[in-house]
Amino acid sequence: MKFGILVNEGPYQHQASDSAYQFAQAALNAGHEVFRVFFYHDGVNNGTRLTVPPQDDRNVVDRWSELAEKHELDLVLCVAAAQRRGLLDADEAQRHGKDADNIAPGFRISGLGQLIEAAIQSDRLVTFGD
Amino acid sequence: MSLLHTVNKSPFERNSLESCLRLAEDGHAVLLIEDAAVAALDGTAHTETIKNATGRLSMYVLGPDLDARGLSRDRVIDGIEIVDYDRFVTLTCEHDSVQSWL
Repeated sequence: MKFGILVNEGPYQHQASDSAYQFAQAALNAGHEVFRVFFYHDGVNNGTRLTVPPQDDRNVVDRWSELAEKHELDLVLCVAAAQRRGLLDADEAQRHGKDADNIAPGFRISGLGQLIEAAIQSDRLVTFGD
Repeated sequence: MSLLHTVNKSPFERNSLESCLRLAEDGHAVLLIEDAAVAALDGTAHTETIKNATGRLSMYVLGPDLDARGLSRDRVIDGIEIVDYDRFVTLTCEHDSVQSWL
């Protein structure tokens, strides 16, 4: 079965990102496909490579990047939500005249249409938020 | 059409579980996750409401979220099934759609 996953909450806030990660992992282990994970609202904060959590804590961002690499996941940050919160890839940084980008490996920035497409293409869309 | 409802907030904090139970149709499934896991315990102010719902809805609670909060699995209301993430995935497959009450 094909899953779309929507994450509306940032890391280390409550539990949405952790729950979504555990769910994605369980789905992939069971042989299902995760068509896309879409990060919206504060959820875009899951995609910054500049986080440095304490060593004895889970690294939410790295965990997503590693899962994406292992399973070729499509991790998408909503562009409008990302710009508001200072999440930029190299193109966006250049376009807006910023001196750096901070998107984590495995993530990309795109529009809300990607969420709609995920909802259409997936058999199930599962939402995690606050 | 059969829906899986997920609720993630304690009924002591928000009324999303109450809204969910009011609007879920007979035969739907409700999965208590995150802070909503506390609603699965027997002996709380919400137990009666939940017990009444188990008659017409399939009720589940996510075991890891009980454990993370130190909520004893032994105290879970009879009629609520304790599930893991694998079963969470299976439940989404078994139902036509998933409604997250946020």
